[in-house]
Amino acid sequence: MIEETLIPKVGVITDIRKDTPDVKTFRVVGTDGKKLFQHMPGQCAMVSVPGVGECMFSITSSPTNMDYMEFSIKKCGCVTEVLHAMEVGQQITVRGPYGKNFPVEEDFKGKDLLFIAGGIGLAPLRSVINYVRHYRNNYGKVVIVYGARSKDDLVDIEEIQTEWMNEPNTEVYLTIDRPQDGWDGHVGFVPAYVKELGLDPNMTAVLCGPPIMIKFTLAGLLELGFDKSRVYTTLELRMKCGVGKCDRCNVGDKFVCKDGPVFRMTELDELPDEY
Amino acid sequence: MLKIAKERLNDLYAKIAQTQGLFLPVKKAGEVNYCVWSEGKEVSLETLKTVKSPKNMFFPQTENMMKFKTEGKNIEVIDVRESFDERKPFVLFGVKACDYKAIEVLDKVFLADPVDTYYQNRRENTTIVTLACSKPEESCFCGVFGIDATAPQGDVTTWLDENYLYWQANTEKGESLTAQVEELFEKGGEEEVAAQQETTKVVLESLPYANLDLSRFQPENLNELFDAPEWEKMSEACLGCGTCTFVCPTCQCFDIRDFKTRDGVIRYRCWDSCMYADFTLMAHGNSRNSQMQRFRQRFMHKLVYYPSQNDGMYSCVGCGRCVNKCPQRLNIVKVIKTLGGKNND
Repeated sequence: MIEETLIPKVGVITDIRKDTPDVKTFRVVGTDGKKLFQHMPGQCAMVSVPGVGECMFSITSSPTNMDYMEFSIKKCGCVTEVLHAMEVGQQITVRGPYGKNFPVEEDFKGKDLLFIAGGIGLAPLRSVINYVRHYRNNYGKVVIVYGARSKDDLVDIEEIQTEWMNEPNTEVYLTIDRPQDGWDGHVGFVPAYVKELGLDPNMTAVLCGPPIMIKFTLAGLLELGFDKSRVYTTLELRMKCGVGKCDRCNVGDKFVCKDGPVFRMTELDELPDEY
Repeated sequence: MLKIAKERLNDLYAKIAQTQGLFLPVKKAGEVNYCVWSEGKEVSLETLKTVKSPKNMFFPQTENMMKFKTEGKNIEVIDVRESFDERKPFVLFGVKACDYKAIEVLDKVFLADPVDTYYQNRRENTTIVTLACSKPEESCFCGVFGIDATAPQGDVTTWLDENYLYWQANTEKGESLTAQVEELFEKGGEEEVAAQQETTKVVLESLPYANLDLSRFQPENLNELFDAPEWEKMSEACLGCGTCTFVCPTCQCFDIRDFKTRDGVIRYRCWDSCMYADFTLMAHGNSRNSQMQRFRQRFMHKLVYYPSQNDGMYSCVGCGRCVNKCPQRLNIVKVIKTLGGKNND
């Protein structure tokens, strides 16, 4: 029988980590205990709960992790609500990988990299950040700016504090929207913080977060002198097939599932404003 | 070229149906659609526009894709596709030039990598017999897209006049079908066919939409066309009913959904429509909130996005079904006239 991309593989949830009040990270392997498939940072997978639905999620874990895949998922709709109620050992289905990855082996190589994330926007960036950490010598300085509504909403804070902050030639800046007891770090929105930090405009930047954050952060970066052709982001639209056939995630003549989700800001400039 | 007397067509259908499934335009409850042939069915080859195009032969309105059996925490995925060898081949008979071109449009979507095997399975097992048009209607404008209604492609091309059906095989599949039915035919027909083509061409050239100018629908004008202020007014009356997308031979948007049965979950695919508000609805918002945006999406896709992705091939074939069926009299002709080249004035 010929393989069909729309027919998924069965995955087993082997670990569930509660990151924030509404984000959980699910660790998934195949029924044989091995990783389901290989991917590159920024690529996505269709995860489904049969009988409920199938949704596209970015693969949060790094491709350099050979044992399993992780998905950090925010509870916000039908499928995610069921996923959040699941226990370890539960099977789900997974298919992929889909989409274009961050150019980690091309444009990013040898560059100083700036990662800016807001809220659950860290999910797709975690994959590329950990990839860069794994091949640390291939890249220059790494700066990470990450913000969330509150300290409880920072996804993967443990990994950030114990690993990323101790990585050589790496700077991590965290911020939360409003002051909070037990938080002595920076308070304020990501776009304003980025401008305050006075970042080096020669860095290659990757933005991921809510559309409003992306919009204002990008404006701030341009003010600082960043070049749009070296700023990347990821888009998210409703998808069904994941391979450019069901015709629902297009922005102009590009499909987010196939031509994205990773786009260069200069590429987005050429597309109609409908995302 | 071969020919068969019109009153012997039933013998031809019977002969084909002995070994293969035969789908052709059949009149039922006053409407003509492609149906499986059996003795006694009222075949209507003359009907120019079946209500639905034959696209559902390859891309059914609803089709089961797979099953899931769940037990406790476990899931079993069951592939319900018929294998290539098991599937009975079928003949799609009487396809008009526009609808045949539409299949080529769909091929570029479903057969592109990664191949959609549900579609491919049916496509490869099908022999397509096309039928040239001799009485085009006022809503027809296939010529605008470079289609010759008097000489459709396909595995076999046929022509029909008062007395005979003329038959010409074009491909290996067509030759093999011809070999199965040849005994019913006699030789000849070249002159009659040429004469019919000439007469029809005169009619085609004088159709009201024969000279629509598409010259402005180019990928390099994508943003200019997208931002055109005319969309607002053009889409004002759109009800968002989706009729245009369902009768359209090239519309290929689909949804994938799950259906719980007593015996597990069935995952099926069904036609969907970019005209519907929930088409792009996500848990966190919608990228197309107004009917204007949805209306614009449909026509931009046919005239700009699809050609941009497929070497300039338009995803409209000028069949005119939307012209006839839209309850608000909105259609692609009006869009072309409003936003197309200046020769539309």
